[in-house]
Amino acid sequence: MITIATVFKSKTLIRLAFLGSAIAWVILLFSDITLLFSTMQGLQPDVPEWLPRLMLTVFVISLFYYYRLRIELDDSLNFTDLLWKVFATGLITTVVSLTFRLLMFLLGHTSLATNVVFTDFIYQINLALLVNFLLAALVCWKRLILYHKSKWLLRTWLAFDIILLTILVYDMLGTLMPESLRIVFNLILGVMLLVLSANMRWVAYLNFKQKWTSLLLLLLVFFYLAYFFYTVGSGAEMIAKATTNFLDFRNHLFIILLALFIVVYGIFSFLVILFNLPTSSVFEQKLEEVVNYQRISQSIQTEQDEESVYNILLESSVSSVFADAAWLEITGANNEQKIFTYHITEQETKNIREHLEKNQVKGILDVGSEKTKNLSKYLSSLKSSRFRSILAFPIVVKEENIGTLALLKELPEGFNKEMTRIVSTFANQAGISIENFRLLEEAFQHARYKEELKIAKTVQQSLLPTKLEQDHDFEVVAFSASADEVGGDYYDTLRIDEHKVALIIADVSGKGTTAAFHMSQMKGIFHSLAQQQLDPREFMQRANKALIYCLERNSFISASFFVIDTTQKKIRYSRAGHCPVLYLRAGQSNSYYLKDKGAALGMVRNSEYGNYIETNEISYQSGDIMVLYTDGITEAQNGKGDEFGYEHLASALNEVSTASAKEIGDHIIKRLYEFTGTQNINDDYTSMTVKFKA
Amino acid sequence: MVQIKRLQEGGADIIAVIGEIDASSSIDLDLAIAKSVGEGAKKILVDCSALEYISSAGLGVFMSYIEELRDKNIQMVLFGLKEKVVNTFEILGLASLLHIRENKSEALKLANELSV
Repeated sequence: MITIATVFKSKTLIRLAFLGSAIAWVILLFSDITLLFSTMQGLQPDVPEWLPRLMLTVFVISLFYYYRLRIELDDSLNFTDLLWKVFATGLITTVVSLTFRLLMFLLGHTSLATNVVFTDFIYQINLALLVNFLLAALVCWKRLILYHKSKWLLRTWLAFDIILLTILVYDMLGTLMPESLRIVFNLILGVMLLVLSANMRWVAYLNFKQKWTSLLLLLLVFFYLAYFFYTVGSGAEMIAKATTNFLDFRNHLFIILLALFIVVYGIFSFLVILFNLPTSSVFEQKLEEVVNYQRISQSIQTEQDEESVYNILLESSVSSVFADAAWLEITGANNEQKIFTYHITEQETKNIREHLEKNQVKGILDVGSEKTKNLSKYLSSLKSSRFRSILAFPIVVKEENIGTLALLKELPEGFNKEMTRIVSTFANQAGISIENFRLLEEAFQHARYKEELKIAKTVQQSLLPTKLEQDHDFEVVAFSASADEVGGDYYDTLRIDEHKVALIIADVSGKGTTAAFHMSQMKGIFHSLAQQQLDPREFMQRANKALIYCLERNSFISASFFVIDTTQKKIRYSRAGHCPVLYLRAGQSNSYYLKDKGAALGMVRNSEYGNYIETNEISYQSGDIMVLYTDGITEAQNGKGDEFGYEHLASALNEVSTASAKEIGDHIIKRLYEFTGTQNINDDYTSMTVKFKA
Repeated sequence: MVQIKRLQEGGADIIAVIGEIDASSSIDLDLAIAKSVGEGAKKILVDCSALEYISSAGLGVFMSYIEELRDKNIQMVLFGLKEKVVNTFEILGLASLLHIRENKSEALKLANELSV
């Protein structure tokens, strides 16, 4: 609403200013004609003598405000637009003036044409048009001069404004200054004019085309000015022959001064633009460099990929140093070699590279050097190549050289220091952009990995049994905790028949999703094979056979498989690389480990596996305790880096030899936490306690 | 963290493993063995006297080479293992799949015998 209101307000003001100037001019015209006519006829004029002068002042001021509102406050205009405005105003006023001239011509030497009053009428019109044009130009010049504002400049301009106004008022009063004062005054004005005219910074911002346009527009402006001064000058002279009592602009210092200012600044601008023409290409090039630089640094924000950074780098470098050809060789994030070329074939780049290698040039082209190199002198001996200059830059990401940018020219000594500096900046910036890309990519990967871990953890938890098989002859409890990173601890029980229960504990090597995956396979194998009443050794052999097809070359699963037979009171088991079972005989005070032969599943991937695995058998009696566990427990470390180990585990069991399975399990974990001093153990750890009932 | 050094001695490649081998540093061990194999070494001795700890991932590296070494008739002997480390090998059953000796000279002797 506010903007609409202001626009409305300014529009009204523009109209008001124009209307004011129009009315003032009409009064000026008629009062001047009346004065002229009265003087010619020797009559006492009906209007006061000062009226035309006053009206001219009013006219000038309101017209000035009109242009000020229209041009000065319009922010959308650029430099050529401003010049165009001056030119357009000049064109319109000239056309109007020429129309009257044509009218005069058509009238020929009729009495009307030679009438002084009519001449004054035409003269007044032309003068108004001239003032119009001058004021439009003044407002435009002001904008150009004040393009780069400084306090000092603004003050100077204000002073200039005040002087102009003073002169306008002085003109209105129609008195003449003393000669000495006039000289001083002119001197001050002259200096001020020169100072103001020296403000030409806007010229630098014109491009080549705009400069030519500006020159043309300025030339036409000069032409209009010349035409008008000729027209009003001859008009004034003609009238002056008849009478002096009219508004002679030649006595009007303001108009003279204004015209002088317009012309001086116009000439200055013209000359400065003219002399700046040859350098404008340099300025444009600098601008392009800045833009290119921005493109490289912004490429990351616009979701572009590494490839586009390379392309922008190649393009920018080529255009900045006017290279005839270029190539960019990059070792990608996953160690693949990529080559981007510009106006050169890959074969040619290979030739140049080989040539430099042959000459044993320790340059950047063999990745490893981190300095910009000018290798031109070595190129001169390569006869088949059309290139005579070569400049090479390293692309450094995370202090590692990942590639080479080579620029080529057909001219010898084609690169100067300035060019080297620019491209080196580009190369650095490209390195930073790529580094950012990679960091971003890593962050994504990390986030994805974490998400995967979450899923894996859920899977792993769901694979563990919620309830363990119990028996009238024994009780089983288990405890399992996992670290932040998912491991692959697995335990389970399965009733084979009324008298037999199968137990398993396993640890999958590796972590994360693959571990969870292998764990689920282990669970499948356990549930399908255990039911078949297999001998434990046979179970392991078949499990191994099933697993070797899906385990990676360096992955394995350690497992222990038990079958508890309650009628025979025997445990038949097989240990495949898993931690040895801790056993405590009822009535004894010291527990011991069942150390038997057995390689982990996946270690031997052929039929020979049978040689590395065996079935063991022990008899149990009531009160015996069997503790199964994973290496997370024995390898848990305290602050000093000591491991919980087999001794601590055995003595923990010894302490509670008469307790229930649940109490034993809890006690072991308690002792473990006491030892480590934390519950945050950096691995999965699982224990399964079997206590044979009385 | 692990530091791995490779040197040639007595016609054998000696890979010295210093420090701890966990999931991430096992890659370095893998690279070192792969290099020796790739360069055509026929006898590889792994010096484990400064190996403080080895995780299942590290054991997996040794395991993964068993078949390849047998196929290419390359003899790999580990020596100087600390008790704790050798225990880890034994529990997994890897000790019976690999050649392990007390010291370098014994290891070299075994490698020489085996390559005949």
